[in-house]
Amino acid sequence: MKTCRSLMAIILLAANAAAHAQLSIQITQGVDDPIPIAVVPFQTAGIGFGAEDVARVVANDLEQVGEFRALERENLLSMPSEQSEVFFRDWQVMAQDYLLVGKVTGTPGSQLVQVQYEFFDVNRELLLAGEVLSGSISQLRDIGHEISNIVYEQVTGLRGAFTTQILYVVAERAPGGNTSFRLEKADYDGRRPQVLLRSQEPIMSPNWSPDAEEVAYVSFETDLPRIYTQNIATGQRRQITNYPGINSSPVYSPDGNMLAMVLSKDGSPDIYVQDLRSNELIRVTDHPAIDTEPSWTPDGRSIVFMSDRTGQPQIYQIEVGASSFDVERLTYDCFQCAKARFLPDGNNLVHVRRETRQSPTYQIAIINVETLRVITLTDTSLDESPSLAPNGSMIMYATKYQGRGVLDAVSIDGLVKFRLPSAQGDVREPAWSPFLN
Amino acid sequence: MGTQSYSIFRAALLVFSLTLFAACSSTEDVDDQQTAGGESDTGSSAQTSGTSEPPPLTAEEIAMEEALRTTVFYFDFDVAEFKAEDRETLTYHARDLAGNPGRQIRLEGHADERGTREYNLALGERRANGILNYLIVNGASRAQIEVVSYGEERPAETGTNETAYAANRRVEIVGR
Repeated sequence: MKTCRSLMAIILLAANAAAHAQLSIQITQGVDDPIPIAVVPFQTAGIGFGAEDVARVVANDLEQVGEFRALERENLLSMPSEQSEVFFRDWQVMAQDYLLVGKVTGTPGSQLVQVQYEFFDVNRELLLAGEVLSGSISQLRDIGHEISNIVYEQVTGLRGAFTTQILYVVAERAPGGNTSFRLEKADYDGRRPQVLLRSQEPIMSPNWSPDAEEVAYVSFETDLPRIYTQNIATGQRRQITNYPGINSSPVYSPDGNMLAMVLSKDGSPDIYVQDLRSNELIRVTDHPAIDTEPSWTPDGRSIVFMSDRTGQPQIYQIEVGASSFDVERLTYDCFQCAKARFLPDGNNLVHVRRETRQSPTYQIAIINVETLRVITLTDTSLDESPSLAPNGSMIMYATKYQGRGVLDAVSIDGLVKFRLPSAQGDVREPAWSPFLN
Repeated sequence: MGTQSYSIFRAALLVFSLTLFAACSSTEDVDDQQTAGGESDTGSSAQTSGTSEPPPLTAEEIAMEEALRTTVFYFDFDVAEFKAEDRETLTYHARDLAGNPGRQIRLEGHADERGTREYNLALGERRANGILNYLIVNGASRAQIEVVSYGEERPAETGTNETAYAANRRVEIVGR
C-alpha cells in the first residue's frame, strides 16, 4: 500500500502580504488515483476586482485533502455558470467525474453577495446539490469552504471539515536571543490567522472546548506553568489553577463540563479532573512516576494517559471517579508510546510512537487496542502533538522541516499528506477544532 | 531568566570543570574535613565573615567561590539523575544556601526536544527535583528553593543535533 505513493508539490499562491506570516498548504503526498473534478471559475457580476475567487477556494480545499484532482483551468472547454449551460458530454470527454459551476452576484451599493452553485455527477448526468448562499463580500472564503463541505460530503459520504479551524503555538526567536510566543487561531488550512495571546513566556497545550467557544492552555506568564481558559470571541480569560509544581495538559471533557489536567502538587505529575462548574478537583491517578498527557475516551467516562511507571512511557487507561487507582495498560510493543487519544470508534488509538531504544525517532501511529495492529502514519523523525479533524479523516501534527517547527497533516489511512509551512518561527501543538456550525 | 547569559555560564562551566579536574584529589580532602566538621563549623564561619579585617581566603573558600559560579548542570539522554561529577559543586551550593538563609533560588529544569512536550515538561521537573532533594539533604531549606520546569520550551541552543540536545538537557540555578 505504501509503495506506490505519488508525490505532488503544489505550492499555493500566498494571496496577500498580510501584516504577519500566513501559513499556506503544500500537498506533500496524494492518493494514486484522485477523483477528477472540474471546478469552473464562478461567473461574477457586480463585485469589485480582487474579491476572493470562490472556485479557487473550493478547488484548493478538495486537492488539499488529497482525494480529488481539480481540472486545470486552461484545460476547460467551456465555462458554464448554471445548469442550462452544462453539456455533460464536454466533461465526459475530459474524463471528469464531477462538475461544479456557479456565479457570484453583488448588490450595487452594498457589501452583500449571493453565491449560487450547482454540483453535478458527470457520468450519471445528475444534479447532486445546488443552492444560493448569501453573505458579505468578506465572507466569500467562508462560502467557498461551505461549498467544499457539500461537495466532499456528496462524494465521500463524510462530513467536510473545510470550515473548521486550528489552534497552534508559534515561537519566534529574535536575533537578540529572546523568544516570544503566540497562541494563534486560523482556518484549517492556516489562512486568516488571528493572535489569541502573546507572551514573552512559553505557551503550551492549547485545547478547544467542545462548543468551540473557549480555549484552555498553559501559560508561563507568571514564571510558572498555570492553566487558563479564554473565551475566543470576547478574549476574557480565567486562571484555572495555581497549584505548586507543574500545572499542565488541560483537556476538556466531551460534555465540556470538566477539565482533565496534570498537577505535580503532591510530589510527581498525576492526572486530575476539575469540574469547571463547582471547581471540585478529583484525583484520577496516584503514582510516584510521571503520569501525563490525559485524553478522554469518547464516552467521557475514562481517561487515557501516558505513564513511565514501568520505566518508559506507555499508554494506560483509568476510569474517572473509580474506587481504586488501578489502571489498564494499553500498549506493550513500543519502546515509548505517548500522547494518545482514541478515535471516535473507541478502538483505535492515535499516539506518538518511538519503536526502539536504539533509534530515538518519534512517529504518529494508530494502534487498535483489540487486535494490537499498528499503522505508522508518518516517516519523519520528530513528530508529535497529533490532533484529529472533527470528521476523523485527518490528523494534524507537529514536526520539523529544515530545522523549523511546522504543521503537517496525514489522512487516517496514511495515504494523503499536506504541510502548512510557516513563514517565520517554530509552529507547533496544533489543535483541530470541533465542527463550528 | 538567566537564559541570555547562558553562554557565559557554559564558558564558566568549562573553565571550572577543568580546574576542578586538575585539583580533584586535594579538594576531596578538604571536602571530607568540612563535611566531618559539619554543623558546628557553619556558625563560626558566618561570624568570621562579619569581622573587619578580611582574612585570606582558604582553599576551601576558593573552591566554594568557584563552585558557586557553576549554575548549569547537564544531564544524559533519558536520564533524570544529575551527573556524579556535579555532586561536589552541588554540595557547595547547598552549603551556601544553608549558610545564607535569606538566599532564594529557582531550579529551572529543561529537556531536549525529543519525546513529547508534556513528558519533557515532567522530565525537566524530575531533573530539577533531583537537585532540589540533594540540596535539602545537604543543608538547604525547602523554603529557599522554587522549582520550575520549562520542558523543551526554552532550549539553550536550537538545532536538531546531539550538541544542541546535550546543551538543552539541563537544570539551571537562578537567583531570585
